[in-house]
Amino acid sequence: MFHLQGITKIYRKRSQEVIAFRTDLLDIAKGEYVAVVGPSGSGKTTLLSLLGGMLSPDSGQVMFDGQSLYDLPLNTRTKLRRDRIGFVFQTFNLVPYLSALENVQIPLYLAGIAPAEQRDRAVALLEQVGLANRLDHKPCELSTGQQQRVALARTLANNPLLILADEPTGNLDPESREAILSMFDGFIRDGRTIVMVTHDPAAAARASRRLRLIDGSLDASDSISDAA
Amino acid sequence: MNLRTLVWRELSERPSAMLTSTLAILLGVTALVAIRHVTVFSEREVGQQLQSLGANVLVLPKAATLQDYYSADLTSQTLPESHVSSILLANLPGVERLSPKLCVAAKVGDRAVTLTGILPQSEFQAKAVWQSVSLFSNKHDGCKKAACGPKTYDGAPEALATERTIDQLKGNEAIIGADVAEFSKLKPGKSVEVLGESLQVLAVLPRTGTVDDGRVFAHLHTVQRMTNAGEVVNAIEVMGCCEDAAGGLVPSLTALLPDAKVVTISQVVSTQVGINRLMSQMSLFVLSILVIVGGASVASTISSNVRERRREVGTLMALGATPGLVTRMFLFKALALGLVGGIGGCALGLVVAMLLGSQWAGVTVTPLPDLLLIAIAAALAVTTLAAYWPARSAARLDPCSCFSDV
Ligand SMILES: Nc1ncnc2c1ncn2[C@@H]1O[C@H](COP(=O)(O)OP(=O)(O)OP(=O)(O)O)[C@@H](O)[C@H]1O
Ligand SMILES: [Mg+2]
Repeated sequence: MFHLQGITKIYRKRSQEVIAFRTDLLDIAKGEYVAVVGPSGSGKTTLLSLLGGMLSPDSGQVMFDGQSLYDLPLNTRTKLRRDRIGFVFQTFNLVPYLSALENVQIPLYLAGIAPAEQRDRAVALLEQVGLANRLDHKPCELSTGQQQRVALARTLANNPLLILADEPTGNLDPESREAILSMFDGFIRDGRTIVMVTHDPAAAARASRRLRLIDGSLDASDSISDAA
Repeated sequence: MNLRTLVWRELSERPSAMLTSTLAILLGVTALVAIRHVTVFSEREVGQQLQSLGANVLVLPKAATLQDYYSADLTSQTLPESHVSSILLANLPGVERLSPKLCVAAKVGDRAVTLTGILPQSEFQAKAVWQSVSLFSNKHDGCKKAACGPKTYDGAPEALATERTIDQLKGNEAIIGADVAEFSKLKPGKSVEVLGESLQVLAVLPRTGTVDDGRVFAHLHTVQRMTNAGEVVNAIEVMGCCEDAAGGLVPSLTALLPDAKVVTISQVVSTQVGINRLMSQMSLFVLSILVIVGGASVASTISSNVRERRREVGTLMALGATPGLVTRMFLFKALALGLVGGIGGCALGLVVAMLLGSQWAGVTVTPLPDLLLIAIAAALAVTTLAAYWPARSAARLDPCSCFSDV
């Protein structure tokens, strides 16, 4: 699914350079469940942004399903993200002024689906995450666990092949965390690919492969794969 | 979900954020619509007066002040009636008719009316025959009017409203204005009680929208007798055969009647013409205020809105919103703001114009659809243009901001 080659991402701030992420070679196969771990500021979010087509590297190529992601025009890249990639955020990133139902409708609207069908599919998705009775609630009227489930329903709306999650359980109580992680297990069974940034060793342990980042570089020795 | 609901949900969550700039646009449009409406109607009114009264000259007492042609004779000063004969005898070129007037306040029932004495044209003919002058046959040089000179005196009395003279009127007859007829329920053939005398209603005049609607016209000599005023008049209207004649008549009438004030309609309306010109310039000024203040206010509102919604914009981009869509979202917001400000401003401006039109310029204002459309279009253009750069900057936001903590 991913083939990263000679990537460097450097931030320059007042003559100071920070190498936020670098790798000579990184492959992620279809159907893999990858956990990205590492200390704060080690470049985990940077890696996720690079994979999601939202941050162009200073050098190197990100090949996604055989296409060089950052050689595509901006609009094509945006549409590719819309159709194949789903994001999960630590702070859920629900749009505060939209109801749960409307939040789930956003990706469907962006994909050009008619309003009536948007609604039907959004209702089905919210039922799937167990929130059929919270359709018209605003995010601030939902518990954090419920908010993350709405966010998951939104992520699933366009049936993405790849899910990029940035500390999806970081703000959740143990019970909600377990609910989310078991949904992730389900996604893997559906044949999706997950790249998940996490600080939680237990969550990382459920992944099939762990990538450790230190100061922007992959620590090869700790890159363990359970796959085989 | 569509663009409209997406924008609408955000707007309705906190409408106060948009209040200031909507108000700026609304007030700008209000002022523009109000001033333009009053100006347009005032210009129309002046144009109509010039057209229908352009050939007329007023002979007034020296001390008379006047703002309005139609009420020029409502003054306490008088001229001797003999001036009418003087003008008649001078046989000035271009004079077509004369209409001396004497006005007194009176009551019909318990309502105030103006009793106005006028002299029917048939009497001039009699006078002319008696004094053996040929009546008003003296064309001025280069007169473009074909039929100038004597005519038969048998026109309908209602013509008084537009012609400003009447052909036949007996001493015991009266003609009443539309307002008087309405409140007194009088019809032709009935009799009207004025100043303790009973006059026979000969005709009811069609509505003119001027002070003439509140008048009771009677024979000049009847009014002079009823009021013991003697042989005097308040004003003499001299109808020239055309506008050129009116211009030429002013110096000769001034020479003929040194104790009188001689004015043309264009002099009467000149103040209003000046005010109208001022209001036209003012509306340009207001338009530039609308563009500068309204535009700046919209631009700052939209750009602070973009800053405030950075994270939502990043999230929408992560979900697959193209930069074009993000731009459209903010432009649409500005457009909604412009529409509310524009329509609200049109409504408010119309109300102001209709209420103040009569005070400012003595005109009745009705909505001008073209002007309203232009005002709304201007509001939309200003808001969209002002929002363009902030909206573009939203599209250039870093989508990675969706990862940052609040
Ligand atoms: N927009 C930016 N401008 C400048 N430097 C940045 C920017 N974004 C990230 N960095 C730097 O790049 C490095 C990697 O940041 P990144 O956000 O990827 O870390 P992280 O591993 O996600 O950290 P955390 O666990 O705290 O979320 C950090 O040193 C950070 O200071
Ligand atoms: Mg991070």
